[in-house]
Amino acid sequence: MNKFLKWFASDSFIVSLAAIVMGLLLGAIVMMIGGYNPITAYGALLSKVFGDWYGFGEALREMTPLVLTGLAVAFAFRAGMFNIGAEGQVLMGMTGASLVGIKITGLPALIHAPLAIIAGALFGGLWAALAGYIKAKRGVNEVITTIMLNWTALFLCNYIVRTFLLVPGNQRSVDIQPSASISIEWLSQMMGNARVHWGILLALLASTFFYYFLWKTKQGFELRAVGSNPEAARYAGINVNKNIVKAMFISGVFAGLAGAFETLGVFHYQSVYASLPGYGFNGIAVALLGMTHPFGVLAGAGLFGTLTYGSAGMSFEAGVPPEIIQIVIGSIIFFIAAQGIVRFILKPVYKRKKEKVL
Amino acid sequence: MDSLLIFGNLLNTTLVFATALIFAALGGLFSERSGVVNIGIEGLMVFGAFAAAVGTHYAEKAGMEGASPWVGLLTAIVVGVLGSLIHAVATITFKADQTISGVVINFLATGITLYLVKLLFDGAGETPLLLHRLAKLNFPDFASIPVIGPILGTGILNSYPTTFIALILVFVTYYVLNKTKFGLRLRSVGEHPSAADTMGINVNRMRYIGVMLSGALAGLGGATITLTTTGLFSHTTISGQGFIAIAALIFGKWNPLGIMGAALFFGFSQAIRNYVQLFAWSSNIPQDFILMLPYVLTVIVLVVAIGKSRAPAALGEAYDPSKR
Repeated sequence: MNKFLKWFASDSFIVSLAAIVMGLLLGAIVMMIGGYNPITAYGALLSKVFGDWYGFGEALREMTPLVLTGLAVAFAFRAGMFNIGAEGQVLMGMTGASLVGIKITGLPALIHAPLAIIAGALFGGLWAALAGYIKAKRGVNEVITTIMLNWTALFLCNYIVRTFLLVPGNQRSVDIQPSASISIEWLSQMMGNARVHWGILLALLASTFFYYFLWKTKQGFELRAVGSNPEAARYAGINVNKNIVKAMFISGVFAGLAGAFETLGVFHYQSVYASLPGYGFNGIAVALLGMTHPFGVLAGAGLFGTLTYGSAGMSFEAGVPPEIIQIVIGSIIFFIAAQGIVRFILKPVYKRKKEKVL
Repeated sequence: MDSLLIFGNLLNTTLVFATALIFAALGGLFSERSGVVNIGIEGLMVFGAFAAAVGTHYAEKAGMEGASPWVGLLTAIVVGVLGSLIHAVATITFKADQTISGVVINFLATGITLYLVKLLFDGAGETPLLLHRLAKLNFPDFASIPVIGPILGTGILNSYPTTFIALILVFVTYYVLNKTKFGLRLRSVGEHPSAADTMGINVNRMRYIGVMLSGALAGLGGATITLTTTGLFSHTTISGQGFIAIAALIFGKWNPLGIMGAALFFGFSQAIRNYVQLFAWSSNIPQDFILMLPYVLTVIVLVVAIGKSRAPAALGEAYDPSKR
């Protein structure tokens, strides 16, 4: 318990909190410049999320892919890579889950749903591992390959949906088999038909896995060693190339799960997308909000999800453009990254605190 | 259609697509050669595309007619520089992580511009359609030359003025970077800032200049798309071009001529989509595969031919004199 309290008083916690407050304040200033009332706006935002069970359930639904793409980006960061490709890996995950969820019939739900989830995870993982493999074998920068693979995945997945799964005349696939659904019907009914699903719990498990794997296993130690200094890791006898592919695979599995859950738990079908849907880019933001720590990512996704889902209520009830929220999120990340600025502003507060201790 | 003319048209479309990429990637070059990663190119292009639409619109209202797009271009440069200053202050002065700051620029850019569009144009989601855009230059005499006419006249010369500006800038950049004192200093702070500092070069000032140049050029790139292709600014005007520009920067190995080659390659593989349907042998290829082509081709070229590209040595590190 003491440890817990200490953590709350810790420097990084206070700076993060200050960054969030400063981001919200900046958003309020921007609203006032535009002639809006920030208090009604933020009030409407909060009541959209916490006002009723439906809003709360839908906000949880919104946070789930954010947690997983955030973990995907953070995991690759820890191994020294920048995975801009979570976007494409999410799409591949959706497609893997759709293929298994639609095409395979006659299985009990207890087998079908996990099988579809695994298919999605594998699709996402292998898609990311491809970028890792190209980096390991040919030394091609993963930033450029993952950008290219995002667009490739977009059109490849559209092709698969159009050719094998399409509802004729629509820009979407047929529905998945009921046995592949991971929706929680009873809870959903209790929450006014909010689209809650088992993926929400699995996302929490995934972040625990992230923590355990990276800091409590030998393999995780190797990955972090490669991430912080590949040359030293090589000298210590670690196979750097193998670890690059492995890190990208696991990173892609997280993103693939995000896609699989969207198909199996939320939509129950897959759309033909006209452009990249943005899951992966939001994941970058969440990973950065969470300072690439798995539990930080949970907090980051909570904040990001609350703000983006709530912004709809803000624009509906208070008439404030929801784009404001992008500015708020951007500036929160900015203040977390540029801690120098936050410390600069907090300086007087810090001084007083130290004097008291003395 | 005459196959030479088809090739001429293909070349022309290639240049249209490549222009914005060349501007934006050259922008990335100045920033990254000075040692500052700029993932925010996409956002700076958004700022530029927005500023170009707004600048041109108000110039039209002020009765500037055909000169309005040029006002738009200048506005885009100024706004691009202002946007890049956020990145510069955060990463150079406050030593924030450069990747994070770049991602922030992308978020802020879409947020701020769309918010301003709503404030300026009564809650609309996009700017009014511009009456004046940049016009293509026209050289009918060249187009009628036999054999090379379709390629030179129709293909290359019949382009937007921005295309020529971009191509000239490639060579200017090459010269500035490799043959001038300024270029040597810029490169030195990106390769070995502490050595540069010892030699009396102001590392942070050089980096500020590099990042601001990247803002100006990425702004120009975004403006090009508004003023030649879309004619207005909405949330779809810039959709991934900034990231492709970053790819072109890495693909071109942080070298202006390489960047031009990479941008032309991306432009060509975008342009070729429209021409695949013209031939009987290729018209049955599913549309999705044609759309995929530029990206798959890039990966293949990278894997087969290019391999490792070397980034500036000090890229991504804030300069801290106390660690010298």
